[in-house]
Amino acid sequence: MDLQIALLLGQDGVVNGAIYALLALALVLVFAVTRVIFIPQGEFVAYGALTLVSLQAGHAPGTLWLMLVLGAAVAAIDGPAAWRQGRRRLAGLLGRQLLYPFVIAALVLGAAPRDWPVLLQVALALVIVVPLGPQLYRLIYQPVAEASVLVLLIVSVALHLALVGLGLLFFGAEGSRTPAFSEASFEVGGLTVSGQSLWVIGASALLIVALYVFFEKSLYGKALRATAINRAGARLMGISTTLAGKLTFLLAAAIGALSGILIAPITTIYYDTGFLVGLKGFVGAIVGGLASYPVAAAGALLVGLLESFSSFWASAFKEVIVFTLIIPVLVWRSLTTRYVEEEE
Amino acid sequence: MSASNREPILEVSDLCVSYGKVEALHHVSLKVRPGEIVTVIGPNGAGKTTLLSAIMGVLPLSRGEIRYQGETCRHIDIERMVARGMTLVPEKRELFGEMSVEDNLLLGAFMRRRLGFRDERQTLAQVYEIFPRLKERERQMAGTLSGGERQMLAVGRALMAQPKILMLDEPSLGLAPLIVREIFRVIGDLRQTGVAILLIEQNARAALQISDYGYVLETGEVALEGASAQLEDDPKVIESYLGLGGGQH
Repeated sequence: MDLQIALLLGQDGVVNGAIYALLALALVLVFAVTRVIFIPQGEFVAYGALTLVSLQAGHAPGTLWLMLVLGAAVAAIDGPAAWRQGRRRLAGLLGRQLLYPFVIAALVLGAAPRDWPVLLQVALALVIVVPLGPQLYRLIYQPVAEASVLVLLIVSVALHLALVGLGLLFFGAEGSRTPAFSEASFEVGGLTVSGQSLWVIGASALLIVALYVFFEKSLYGKALRATAINRAGARLMGISTTLAGKLTFLLAAAIGALSGILIAPITTIYYDTGFLVGLKGFVGAIVGGLASYPVAAAGALLVGLLESFSSFWASAFKEVIVFTLIIPVLVWRSLTTRYVEEEE
Repeated sequence: MSASNREPILEVSDLCVSYGKVEALHHVSLKVRPGEIVTVIGPNGAGKTTLLSAIMGVLPLSRGEIRYQGETCRHIDIERMVARGMTLVPEKRELFGEMSVEDNLLLGAFMRRRLGFRDERQTLAQVYEIFPRLKERERQMAGTLSGGERQMLAVGRALMAQPKILMLDEPSLGLAPLIVREIFRVIGDLRQTGVAILLIEQNARAALQISDYGYVLETGEVALEGASAQLEDDPKVIESYLGLGGGQH
């Protein structure tokens, strides 16, 4: 291996690592706030990318119908309680769960997003996929929010399988790519850096900074941190577990979908690609003990680099090597941390 | 006392609460009026914390009624009670240890912000006036505070919600006598702001001194009630709760 190849692999590793880092942050966030190990995180990656593919091909994506159906279900379930709590509550619920999906559907079917500029198509894909996060939280996790971590994990596995199945139904078995956001490429010290790589790294970095500001400065960000630190205390401040859960899933869905959209021009995305991508983010999150954001992000970056270099040396064992990383980490963690009883 | 003419803000009648098959509270009734400090004293395990949990909507009632601001509360849940001006300072404080003192306080005003109020900075200044110690520590993580400071923070955080009724669960627990005096002085001063206070205490002497009315809770039942000054002179109370430095634990 010469320097040229090393730099190329390094670039690849950092680009993938940036995506894994985003997913790792989302996984840590979801676990800290809701105690859910969010295996379906990867499905949002695939849904985001493939929804964009559908829009660009001029089809109405299956995720649009999913959003409509889930919206109707949420409205039906929460309707009676909102009705009792007053007109504003009910109007808010119906606006979010019925009117909003309807408006988006009208936009997709009527306004020919096929001919829109790429960034608008991306925005449209996001407003379709992101609401699925809070909707799924409401329908799947909220009824069992007080259950043990194990039960929540089993629910996650079930939801993951269901979403992969729906993905096959919506998008078919064929893989797709989207055109690059930018065809530009730059020559840096003998290394060719593609515009898309810069997009991925730049967008990831920007998103991480935005998340940091959100959690440090905004009231709702602080409320989510408070829930992660002390649920009982947060509830006494009026921060409901439900609100925190929905907000967290909104963020996780947004991070997942955006990650998918960012890598779609680099990798061919299949309906089930998300799972493997999500799992690599999960390895990063585990390095951070599902608790530390910076360590999780660093771990994810390491996963990206390891994957890239092992694909050069031992391409057949690429995944094996990446997932083996989890073993020394677990051994090290179990030796250095005391066993703590699960709270509550 | 003029307060006794007013409508109670909180009225608990015939309340029963069970943990599984075990009944922890039997037919408990009590009233709290605006601007009044009402205390519930009694030994460990008498059901004092259970009472607060039930009022706040953490535990379901098996019988009885809770009226708050003249309205019977059905389907009580914590968030709704907080939105309606009820705040609980729990026995375990439940602070956000890895967040700064100031962030802890600001989160106390979370519900007010959601309801559209934007006055948390003024309230923060008032809380810092009541507890200058918190102002000194505003950038420090809550988890690094001393026991007394933690209690001040818990009370300060509750005040950030500008409650109509403040419920305190054993605020003196585990604190040095000097700090207890400080905390009780603050609780006594709060009366002037018009907030109603329901104070649960094992430290009967201090609690009866600052309160208007008291209930003695024993094994889940109200064993005795009366104006605090009368309870202080009651031989049974003196023997069980005040004698030989009782309550100075």
